[in-house]
Amino acid sequence: MCFQQKMIHSLFLINCSGDIFLEKHWKSVVSQSVCDYFFEAQEKAIDVENVPPVISTPHHYLISIYRDKIFFVSVIQTEVPPLFVIEFLHRVADTFQDYFGECSETAIKDNVVIVYELLEEMLDNGFPLATESNILKELIKPPTILRSVVNSITGSSNVGDTLPTGQLSNIPWRRAGVKYTNNEAYFDVVEEIDAIIDKSGSTVFAEIQGVIDSCIKLSGMPDLSLSFMNPRLLDDVSFHPCIRFKRWESERVLSFIPPDGNFRLISYRVSSQNLVAIPVYVKHMISFKENSSSGRFDVTIGPKQNMGKTVEGVVMTVHMPKAVLNMNLTATQGSYTFDPVTKVLTWDVGKITPQKLPNLKGIVNLQSGAPKPEENPSLNIQFKIQQLAISGLKVNRLDMYGEKYKPFKGVKYITKAGKFQVRT
Amino acid sequence: MIARGKNASDLFPAVVKNVACKNIEDPNQLIRASALRVLSSIRVPIIVPIMMLAIKEAASDMSPYVRKTAAHAIPKLYSLDSDQKDQLIEVIEKLLADKTTLVAGSVVMAFEEVCPERIDLIHKNYRKLCNLLIDVEEWGQVVIINMLTRYARTQFLSPNQNESLLEESAEKAFYGSEDEDAKDAKAEAASLAKRKPYVMDPDHRLLLRNTKPLLQSRNAAVVMAVAQLYFHLAPKAEVGVIAKALVRLLRSHSEVQYVVLQNVATMSIKRRGMFEPYLKSFYIRSTDPTQIKILKLEVLTNLANETNISTILREFQTYIRSMDKDFVAATIQAIGRCATNIGKVRDTCLNGLVQLLSNRDELVVAESVVVIKKLLQMQPAQHSEIIKHMAKLTDNIQVPMARASILWLIGEYCEHVPKIAPDVLRKMAKSFTNEEDIVKLQVINLAAKLYLTNSKQSKLLTQYVLNLAKYDQNYDIRDRARFIRQLIVPTEKSGALNKYAKKLFLAQKPAPILESSFKDRDHFQLGSLSHLLNTKAVGYQELPDWPDEAPDPSVRNVEVPEWTKCTSREKRKEKVEKPFYSDSEGESGPTESADSGEDLVTQKGMGQGPPRWGMGQEASRSPIPPWHPPHRSLGPSQLLSPAFGAVRTYELLHRMAGEGLSVEYCFSRRPFPGDPHMVAVQIQISNNTDAEVKSLRVSEPKPLSGMRIQEFPEIERLAPGDTVSVVMGIDFCDSTQAANFQLCTHTRHFYVSIQPPVGELMAPVFMSENEFKKEQGKLMGMSEITEKVTLPEKCRSDHAIVQQVTSAANVGRVPCGADNEYRFAAKTVTSGSLVLITLERREGAAAQLIVNSEKMVIGTMLVKDIVQALAQ
Repeated sequence: MCFQQKMIHSLFLINCSGDIFLEKHWKSVVSQSVCDYFFEAQEKAIDVENVPPVISTPHHYLISIYRDKIFFVSVIQTEVPPLFVIEFLHRVADTFQDYFGECSETAIKDNVVIVYELLEEMLDNGFPLATESNILKELIKPPTILRSVVNSITGSSNVGDTLPTGQLSNIPWRRAGVKYTNNEAYFDVVEEIDAIIDKSGSTVFAEIQGVIDSCIKLSGMPDLSLSFMNPRLLDDVSFHPCIRFKRWESERVLSFIPPDGNFRLISYRVSSQNLVAIPVYVKHMISFKENSSSGRFDVTIGPKQNMGKTVEGVVMTVHMPKAVLNMNLTATQGSYTFDPVTKVLTWDVGKITPQKLPNLKGIVNLQSGAPKPEENPSLNIQFKIQQLAISGLKVNRLDMYGEKYKPFKGVKYITKAGKFQVRT
Repeated sequence: MIARGKNASDLFPAVVKNVACKNIEDPNQLIRASALRVLSSIRVPIIVPIMMLAIKEAASDMSPYVRKTAAHAIPKLYSLDSDQKDQLIEVIEKLLADKTTLVAGSVVMAFEEVCPERIDLIHKNYRKLCNLLIDVEEWGQVVIINMLTRYARTQFLSPNQNESLLEESAEKAFYGSEDEDAKDAKAEAASLAKRKPYVMDPDHRLLLRNTKPLLQSRNAAVVMAVAQLYFHLAPKAEVGVIAKALVRLLRSHSEVQYVVLQNVATMSIKRRGMFEPYLKSFYIRSTDPTQIKILKLEVLTNLANETNISTILREFQTYIRSMDKDFVAATIQAIGRCATNIGKVRDTCLNGLVQLLSNRDELVVAESVVVIKKLLQMQPAQHSEIIKHMAKLTDNIQVPMARASILWLIGEYCEHVPKIAPDVLRKMAKSFTNEEDIVKLQVINLAAKLYLTNSKQSKLLTQYVLNLAKYDQNYDIRDRARFIRQLIVPTEKSGALNKYAKKLFLAQKPAPILESSFKDRDHFQLGSLSHLLNTKAVGYQELPDWPDEAPDPSVRNVEVPEWTKCTSREKRKEKVEKPFYSDSEGESGPTESADSGEDLVTQKGMGQGPPRWGMGQEASRSPIPPWHPPHRSLGPSQLLSPAFGAVRTYELLHRMAGEGLSVEYCFSRRPFPGDPHMVAVQIQISNNTDAEVKSLRVSEPKPLSGMRIQEFPEIERLAPGDTVSVVMGIDFCDSTQAANFQLCTHTRHFYVSIQPPVGELMAPVFMSENEFKKEQGKLMGMSEITEKVTLPEKCRSDHAIVQQVTSAANVGRVPCGADNEYRFAAKTVTSGSLVLITLERREGAAAQLIVNSEKMVIGTMLVKDIVQALAQ
């Protein structure tokens, strides 16, 4: 046959134990056996993260993503930009998350009808159709306890009764006729510090990745503008489609008609050219003795440049070398666990008080006879600082046009560790 | 209904029978669309004719949503019955002419699936697609951008074939690098004699300009699509903008990272400089998955150069101690590549690798041996110590590849280690039967080479090895032994070859080139599946090479529809009556501007058009909202001012953004009464709503430093359907910065901005020829900008030249004795600096443009605007 079949042909959802628990075909049915190629690649890859996202098989191409312990494997027959499919699959997972609160096998199995309805609307003949959460919610109502009780009694479904006019709108991200008694707009400025700290404690690489997540519950069609005290800080920004690009270009103001509900307004990067303040320091002493099947482990975490705010929610995870059998440690604060199978040491520190620095110290037991590990493990640190945006970004004001009521507005800042790694 | 998940089994027969006359003709557009979607999803060949009919009908439906659904149905029908291709192409052609953003993505998708080879269908719609692009939904954007990349490759000339003054300086000029411009101009002049200068087709520029904002999309696929478009189409100097966006994607999901890194790896070979500032973003964390680590390593290696190599090597040292052995092996390979590419660090790398030979992990040692072997081949004489060291390793190392490499090295350079080589052969002969095949082959090889160079010591050993090989299980080895014996051991039967055995075996062998596996991958369109797999995937459309001669650009011209010529009042009435077709007005903008040849001028000046957004209110008010028009560069009306030629009208507030209030402005080129330092801006406000608009005024002007705005008097009331014209004055301080202010009615505030083209910042002055020459004499050197222009056919008459120049800038003609020279003079409005323009015609189409002004920025921009105006 001379015609081609483009875009996404079928989708399989596979759990970690290798069961195909859901399949959906937009065109003709493709046999499950196509997944064998995927399982083969999965076996070769050892761990889940190393399964190649694109696999070529004799008649198909498999493009997959791994999200929340589920593989989303899509079947493609012809040339298509791989990112197109990957981005779409992530959008599917996001939608499940949005609808069911979590994107897990149980949640999907419990809501299998809605899942099929969603997939049917999101792709038409393999091409993405409606992927905006606001439109989908107009078409298919998210499940609530009350609604599922009513549905099981009356036999009706979750399909919306009104016609989905949102699809026709110029602003497909916002549904029409929104009404709230309390009008609220909240913005969370969340910044994550990505850093690599070398052995001696100096910064090899650091940058700040930020997002502004919004929760907007405003009636009607509000037109918002959000301005910053110091917009020049933002080095690279990506926008939700609702943002007027030209206004940002000319005035550095975020002007938009927001979607209803939760969404990510912008993500931005503050580049490493600006010096990034690293809020914690780590003192470490990890050594393995030659021929004695033991080693020493001593780590202290302390605060630094934290602008008077407390560093909290500190957790340290370390992938110890394979030769490590067990660890006998004492923590002056918090608790630690060591998993002898995965060799992962986790130390839940909690809050750092500068008066008494948390320390974890003790003996590492190595496999007897095995050579001493050459490498020292790197320490992955997580932490949180409330009420602080480490880049110094500040929201100046939020104005609303187009509606008459006075909304309640709120901005919250938080700084977290992103990919924060200390090499030892 | 099925599409919406309802149980429609009882409806099914009815649908199939009556769908054409029932649901498909439902008054509600959503029902019509759903009906078509259901019909087209039934994969039964019997209904092909009905489907065809339904698609044709839907393609001319009033509702764009239904037309979109029709576009979606086309590939479905095509896969059901490919004989319908011709008819379907007709439908596609019709839908391609559609002017709504909703349809654009879907129809291009259908085009790509049914008839990607019919590039001729795109010509007429090219400009429209470029202009609509930003408002199309994200998935459609990806498809359109990929298609336009192919299109541009067939229609435009390569922007990198010779350096172009216009393009390069476009960005630089704003930073005031006049010197460079002048230099470029000279270089340009030199090359002018040889070949036709490259001028980027305005349509090519249009595509690059309109896709650039999409680099900030949240959708990784869109960003990648734009990145590949820039990589394949943009002039060298401009490709850099994509690096930042691609680096941003590295923070995304690991699958996205994987794909992006593959593409970055390819790009970084060809355009290394682009990613160099982001070197550290490719540093590897121990928590990265191995496949990501290896790709990052690839990129780091590609980026290595003399200046950053020490940092990169220090980083590599950390990686070598990683627990992930596959990754360590890849790092050693990478070090080898750095060492071959950068001579300066070869010794450092080699020493580092030799240290690794004492590593406890065998894989690491083996990999090092393999890499060292390759490096030594480049300069063996200096490194006999290393070869000796490696010879010792044969006792311990068990990895076959490494053993084979060592044996090859010793054989090849046996003259450097004459004492050790025979001993190694002795040991290997002892363990020959237990070796792997590749090692056995190298043992034979070593034996042969030693026999030729040192037959006294090794004759018996060689005989022994060859005898063992003769009875080996592997036929390759048996063959090799037989072959070598004939070649090296002289017998009566052996012919001439025997004499040349030494030459054959010990010939100078070229050092291997260690190169990236991503080299030359860029012949696949980046971002495609084929590129990722490095093989041609089914249905891959080749990216064509640039043509040598540009095809006729006029195929993209679109005739201006009849109605644009009627007055704007009438047009508006028509729109009110037929809200569904309101979108068709959008067409006039880009096409007209392109036709009249003012494309670049207007786009730079004002044509940012109404933002995509701001149509919210409209949507909530009416059940079926009108469609958002594409960006308009300028209003449809072209008033002819008797004195100065065409006056262009720009849009300040679009009818929809302004909730029915539409505002246009033009530079009337009359002095502003009351303040001679202000530019008069004539503003025309029309009320298209059905309610009265009250207290129209300007408020909260936010002028930049020094800028002043003289507001127009408040308009008390504007009746529905009425239009009023007012004049306001703006002192732009001789800069093209936009003046921003709010336009207020009794209910709403609109943010608007006026950005003047540089030509409007001046007022004509009249002077005599002598005065002109005297003033020109004072403005030489830095204040003079010279530029070559080529006049097109239709722009060679006196009248045409004068008209083009005066339309580009508000200048007055200065009388001139010579008839091949044209002179114009003006003063900037705020500071009163003189601006003198001289255009000297040479033979044929060539001409020279000279602008003298002490305001260099204005001068530079003016030159560009005039050249643009004349080029059409």
